Amino acid sequence: MRFERREHRPAALVIATPLIAVVAALAIAGVLIALAGAPVLTAYGKIFTGTFGSKLSATETLIRATPLILTGLAAAVAFRARLWNIGGEGQFYLGAIAVAAASAHLFAGLAPILQIPLLLIVGALAGMVLLLVPLWLRLRFSVDEVVTTLLLNFVAILFVSMLIDGVLKDPTAFGWPQSEAVDRAARLPKLLARSRLHIGLLIAIAIAFVVHFVQSRTVFGVQSRAAGLNPTGAVFSGVPLGRTLVFVAMISGGLAGLAGAIEVLGVKGYVTTDLSPGYGYSGIVVAMLANLNPLGVVLAALFTATMFVGADGMSRSMGIPTYIADVTVALSLLSMLVAVFFTQYRIRR
Amino acid sequence: MSVLIDILASAGLWAAVLRIATPLILGTLGALLSERAGVLNLGIEGIMTFGAMIGWLAVYNGADLWTGLLVAALGGAMFGLLHAVLTVTLGLSQHVSGLGVTLFASSFGYYVFRLMVPVAGTPPTIEPFQPIAIPGLSSLPFVGPAFFTQTPPTYLAIALAVVLAYILSRTPVGLAIRMTGENPHAAESQGINPMAVRYGAIIAGSALMGIAGAFLTLSAFNSFFPTMVQGRGWICIALVVFASWKPERALLGALLFAFFDGFQLRLQTVLDGVPYQIFLMIPYLLSIAALAVMARRARVPQALMQPYRRGER
Repeated sequence: MRFERREHRPAALVIATPLIAVVAALAIAGVLIALAGAPVLTAYGKIFTGTFGSKLSATETLIRATPLILTGLAAAVAFRARLWNIGGEGQFYLGAIAVAAASAHLFAGLAPILQIPLLLIVGALAGMVLLLVPLWLRLRFSVDEVVTTLLLNFVAILFVSMLIDGVLKDPTAFGWPQSEAVDRAARLPKLLARSRLHIGLLIAIAIAFVVHFVQSRTVFGVQSRAAGLNPTGAVFSGVPLGRTLVFVAMISGGLAGLAGAIEVLGVKGYVTTDLSPGYGYSGIVVAMLANLNPLGVVLAALFTATMFVGADGMSRSMGIPTYIADVTVALSLLSMLVAVFFTQYRIRR
Repeated sequence: MSVLIDILASAGLWAAVLRIATPLILGTLGALLSERAGVLNLGIEGIMTFGAMIGWLAVYNGADLWTGLLVAALGGAMFGLLHAVLTVTLGLSQHVSGLGVTLFASSFGYYVFRLMVPVAGTPPTIEPFQPIAIPGLSSLPFVGPAFFTQTPPTYLAIALAVVLAYILSRTPVGLAIRMTGENPHAAESQGINPMAVRYGAIIAGSALMGIAGAFLTLSAFNSFFPTMVQGRGWICIALVVFASWKPERALLGALLFAFFDGFQLRLQTVLDGVPYQIFLMIPYLLSIAALAVMARRARVPQALMQPYRRGER
């Protein structure tokens, strides 16, 4: 048995791959649910109703999807240029804490129309800076950015922990390590009355369209793609490799930082070290499920959010550990990798 | 100043150094073995988490400690097999496959743990490995309590480093592994099956990663809790570069690293007023610094991260 590269990639197959991958992941996760002694179909039914069953659960899913769209875009933009940014989690936290600090001390009292955009920029800048460090190490010392971005996640979270237990600590939080609350004027407007759903969702979707446009219609989009497909060839055809990677890193880190900023301004209002249930890491799965397509990221983020919110409810009523959501999401990444492979290769005997 | 000397002169520090180094030695050797055959295994963080969980669970359910280590090794090997199928048979991106394996292995580990062990106020514990004093050597002043009163897995880890160094540099198997990592096409022309070598190296390496994780729950601590691996797997990946892909240097690197870690832990108790998070950052920053210093000087296996397909260049 061997694999042979396909001459043509059937369009229907390419479009169907994420669906096939998700179904495969759900099937394997179903085995795990069955092994736990629970009825599989009932469990999946509960995941669905737990996600879309009521207005409350539907808005919760959209709230969860918002940071995932942004961290997913962050990974997709970087991976397309073969910049392995696995540091989305750290960039998310740095964006979050930068916003909390700036709102409490720098921009307090400014009108929302000024303060919110300024804070979003601050959050994005913080994420950018954290990714430029590993990029510099790669360009200057040939250090693989996978390991450095991963290690910086731990540094960033410890840094946040230090600030919220120190200079930025909320004195009214009964000793709990959490940051001071952001200015009331900085909170993102709600999208729906009497819900937690905020305009961050619209911002994230709009950014997905912008990223899609930049990647498919601009010179920079072509250059970043070329940098990923064939760096040596790209340099020969006049692509400024270093500069392109710097821009890619600024966009990628900026998006992950923005995710943290929006999470603080839209949902929590302050920073703790459990602000993110791994949004940075899940963003990688989202990007891969979307096959690095910015618009696909929106759908993949919705799927991932569905799994997490639905599994919460299902786990409460059926006694299945919530970790089943993480298992399913990880499995869908692995099956997506395999499914994409089979759009490129076929089996020959 | 005298405080620093006090710390350095305490046998407790040096005993802790070996203890901290043990999972790093095992994990680094596992990652190194796989990379010498040409495959980066970023599954390490998740495999260590799974090994820590499954080894502990086996002992919690009545197995003895050595069986626990064996179960952890088998668990690691299982995820190694998965990584091998993805990266060798299918030739997928080693970065993304490895991250996928990490996400899957750790979340699967947490799932199994929660399923088998109900939530409790205090985490359930097991009776961990006890230190074994090496007869004669352990009664030496200072050196004895510092280096020769460790738990068995620590001695095992050091022995494994020596064995792996010997295998890689002095045996036909080692030659086959190194050739596969440098030039799989040349290896094949010598009658070596590069696919088989890579499978073997990844699976054996992942078994070591599983044991590395199990050391945490069966020797260093006595219970399992999520996120306990704390990036040790990623530090091991950095240590492989620092060691320039050589087992004997991996041993030294892990010990050096553990020295700084043990030192900062003791410094924390002495230096008041410095936030403890600063100290906790040191291991990660140190790893990044080590990478920056060594990345250009280290001799990378030439076929690292290149999938091998017969007849395809």
